[in-house]
Amino acid sequence: MTEVFVGMGSCGIAAGAREVYNTLQQELSIRNLPISLSVTGCIGACHREPQIEVRTEDGGRFLYGELDSEKTLKVIEEHLVGGKAIAEYLIPFDYPYLANQKKIVLANSGVINPESIEDYLAADGYTALRKAVTRMSPEQVIQEIKASGLRGRGGAGFPTGLKWSLARANAGAKKYMVCNADEGDPGAFMDRSLLEGDPHAVLEGMAIGAYAIGADEGYLYVRAEYPLAIRRLQLAISQAEERNLLGSQIMGSEFSFEIHVKEGAGAFVCGEETALMASIEGKRGMPHIRPPFPAEKGLWGAPTNINNVETLGNIAPILRMGASAYAAIGTEKSKGTKVFALAGKIKQGGMIEVPMGITLREVVYEIGGGIQGDKKFRAVQLGGPSGGCIPESLLDVQVDYDSVTATGAIMGSGGMVVMDETTCMVDVARYFLSFTQSESCGKCTFCRMGTKRMLEILERITRGEGKMSDLEQLEELAHKVKQSSLCGLGQTAPNPVLTTLKYFREEYIEHIQNKRCQALHCRELIRFRVIEEACTGCTLCARVCPTQAATGERKAVHHIEQTLCIKCGLCYEACRFDAIEITTGVAPADVDAEAAATEVEA
Amino acid sequence: MDKGFDELLQHWKSQKGNVIPLLQKTQELKGYLDREDMEAIAEVTGKSPAEIYGVATFYAQFRFQPPGKHTLKVCHGTACHVSGAEALDLAVKTELGVEPGETTEDGEFSVERVACLGCCSLAPVVMLDQEVHGRLTGDKLKKVIRKAGTP
Repeated sequence: MTEVFVGMGSCGIAAGAREVYNTLQQELSIRNLPISLSVTGCIGACHREPQIEVRTEDGGRFLYGELDSEKTLKVIEEHLVGGKAIAEYLIPFDYPYLANQKKIVLANSGVINPESIEDYLAADGYTALRKAVTRMSPEQVIQEIKASGLRGRGGAGFPTGLKWSLARANAGAKKYMVCNADEGDPGAFMDRSLLEGDPHAVLEGMAIGAYAIGADEGYLYVRAEYPLAIRRLQLAISQAEERNLLGSQIMGSEFSFEIHVKEGAGAFVCGEETALMASIEGKRGMPHIRPPFPAEKGLWGAPTNINNVETLGNIAPILRMGASAYAAIGTEKSKGTKVFALAGKIKQGGMIEVPMGITLREVVYEIGGGIQGDKKFRAVQLGGPSGGCIPESLLDVQVDYDSVTATGAIMGSGGMVVMDETTCMVDVARYFLSFTQSESCGKCTFCRMGTKRMLEILERITRGEGKMSDLEQLEELAHKVKQSSLCGLGQTAPNPVLTTLKYFREEYIEHIQNKRCQALHCRELIRFRVIEEACTGCTLCARVCPTQAATGERKAVHHIEQTLCIKCGLCYEACRFDAIEITTGVAPADVDAEAAATEVEA
Repeated sequence: MDKGFDELLQHWKSQKGNVIPLLQKTQELKGYLDREDMEAIAEVTGKSPAEIYGVATFYAQFRFQPPGKHTLKVCHGTACHVSGAEALDLAVKTELGVEPGETTEDGEFSVERVACLGCCSLAPVVMLDQEVHGRLTGDKLKKVIRKAGTP
C-alpha cells in the first residue's frame, strides 16, 4: 500500500503542516483511496517546510516540499491517483542539502511515525537494549561505549564511557540516570527534533546507560516550552512499559528501570548539571561547587549520571553497529557525527547531521547552499551564548571538538547561526551577553556583576558613546568572569565578546571612533532618509510611521524628521520605490541643514 | 479553596520533588500564582512560604499577575535577532503600547520576550497563543495583532 508521511515537528507545524495533513486526510477519505496516512518527525529540510514523503509499494520514495493545501490537492490528483510524480514540487534525494549528511542519530527522524512503537521496533528498535541486558555485562557495555570514542554532545565533549564508568564505580544501592533535555541555547533545537522525531531512541539510550551504571530510576528533564516533545515522550514511555521494554525485570532480566518526565520551568542555568539536579529536587536551579561530582553525590545524594539527549541518541546505534564501525566515522579525537541546527542568513537552513571532520565551509556552502540573497558572509556562530563567532578566514576549520575550541568558540550543543554583512558583530556580542547576564543565577559575583558591567560597556559602544579604553576593560573583565565563575554559564559567557574582539575588532573601533555601524543595525548610529529623486509622494511611509516622523503631501517629496524618528524601519519596509535609505556615520550635510531649519522655525 | 486545586495538592503531597510540578499545575489551573496558593503549597510541602516564593520567582515560567486574553511571545533567539526581532518589539510597542512583560490595560494582550521558539528557519517569529507566525516584518506583525484583537 502506498504510504504518505507528513513532517509534523514543531517547525513543520509552524510552517503549515497541519493544513497539509488535514487536506490529505479529508481528500483521501472522500475519494476513499487505499493509502495510509501517518505523521513523522522533522524531515530536516526546514527551509522547504511543509514537507511530505510518498512511499509507493514498489519502493519508490518521493519527497515533496513547500506545500500548501492547493499543491497538496494537486499531488493527490496527479501522483496518488494519476501515478505521476510532480517534478516541480519534488525535493530530489541527491539534493546537496540531503546528500552531504550522514544520519545516525537522526536516522529515524522524519522516517518513522514517532507515536508508533511498532515503527521503532521495525527499525531495529530496542535490539541494542536486548543485547545489553541479555548478552552483555554492564562493564562490557561501558567498554563498548569507551571504544566507540563517543563524547558528550551537550557541548563540553567529556568522554561518555568514562563518565559512565565513574558512576558505575560508586557503590550505592540507589543511583539515578538523568537525561538533560533542557535545551536552552537560543538558536538550537536539535534535542527537540530528536525527542519529537524519535523518542524511543532516547529512552533506549537511557535504559542502556542505566543498566551500565546500575541505576533503576531515571529522569528526563525537558523544557516546558516543548509540549509536543513531552507528549510524545510520555506516550513512548507508556508504550515501552506495556511491552516490558521499560519497568520491572525488563525482557525477563534482573534489570528494572523506570523513567519520569520532569518539565523544566525556564532557567538557562539548569542546563548545568548541578543546577539541573537542584531543579529536579524542587529548588532554585543554582549550581553548586564540584566536587562532589554528580557521579559521587547527585540527585537526592545518590550517585547520578547525566547525559545530553543527542549523546543518548548515539548509544543504541553504537551497540547495533559495533564500536569499531562507529569509531571509523569522524576524526582521531572526535568520533561519529554531530547534529546542528543550521539557521540565520543561510539559504537552506534546518536540522542537519554531519560527520565530524567536515569543514565549516562545506556546511555553510554545500549543505546550506550559501548566504541568503548572495550577500557577503560575515561569521558563523557556534555554541550560542557560550560559544563564539568564527570569521571567513577560519571557514576551513574542521568540525571537531578540539579544532573548534582552538578558534575560541566551542562545539556547543549544536546551534549554528550564519551571519551576513547586515549583522553587526558588536551587537551580536551585546545580544549574547544580555542573554547570559539575565540568565546568571547570581551566585558568583563575577558572573552576576562582571557580566552586567560588560553589558553596560557594550551598550555604550552600540550607542556610539564608547571609548577606546573600553576595549581593554572588556577584555580584562572577560578573563576575570571566566576565571571566577563556578559553572559553565559564567565560565563561557565572555566567549562571544572575546571572539568578536579577536576577529572583528575593527567593527568595535568603527563604532567608537567614527560612530559608524557598517551593518546598519545599531539604532543610535543610523538614520532613515528620503531619497528625493526616488520619492513619488505616495504617502505610504507617512501612513505607517507610528510617530509622525515621516510626513508630506500627496505627490510631493516626503521628509523624515530625525528628532521624532524611533528607527523602527516600518517606512523602509513599506516603501515600494526604494526611496528610503539608511545611512550611518557623520551626518550628511542636508540632514544638518534640515535640523538647522527646524530650529529656526521653532 | 476550590476543588480542583485541593485535588492537586493531595495528588502531589507525598511525591518527592513536588514543588515545581505543583507550581506548574497551579498556574495551568488558575492562569497565575497568587499569594494564597503559594502559601497552601508551602503548607503541603512542609516548606516556608518564602522558599516557595523564592523558587517561583527564580524560574521564568511563573506569573504573579493574571495573563491577558491573548499571549504574544516575541522570539529573541539568535536567528530571530539577526533577522530583525527588535523591529518586532518596536511594532508591538507602537501597536499595543506595552513593553515585554506587561499586559495591555484592557486585558487583551500579554507580551512576553522569549529566548527561542525553535522555528529558526522561519525567523523572525512570534507565537500568538498556540500559533507560530513566521517571516514577519513590523507591519505584518501589526496585522496579526489586529486580527487577533478583533472580536
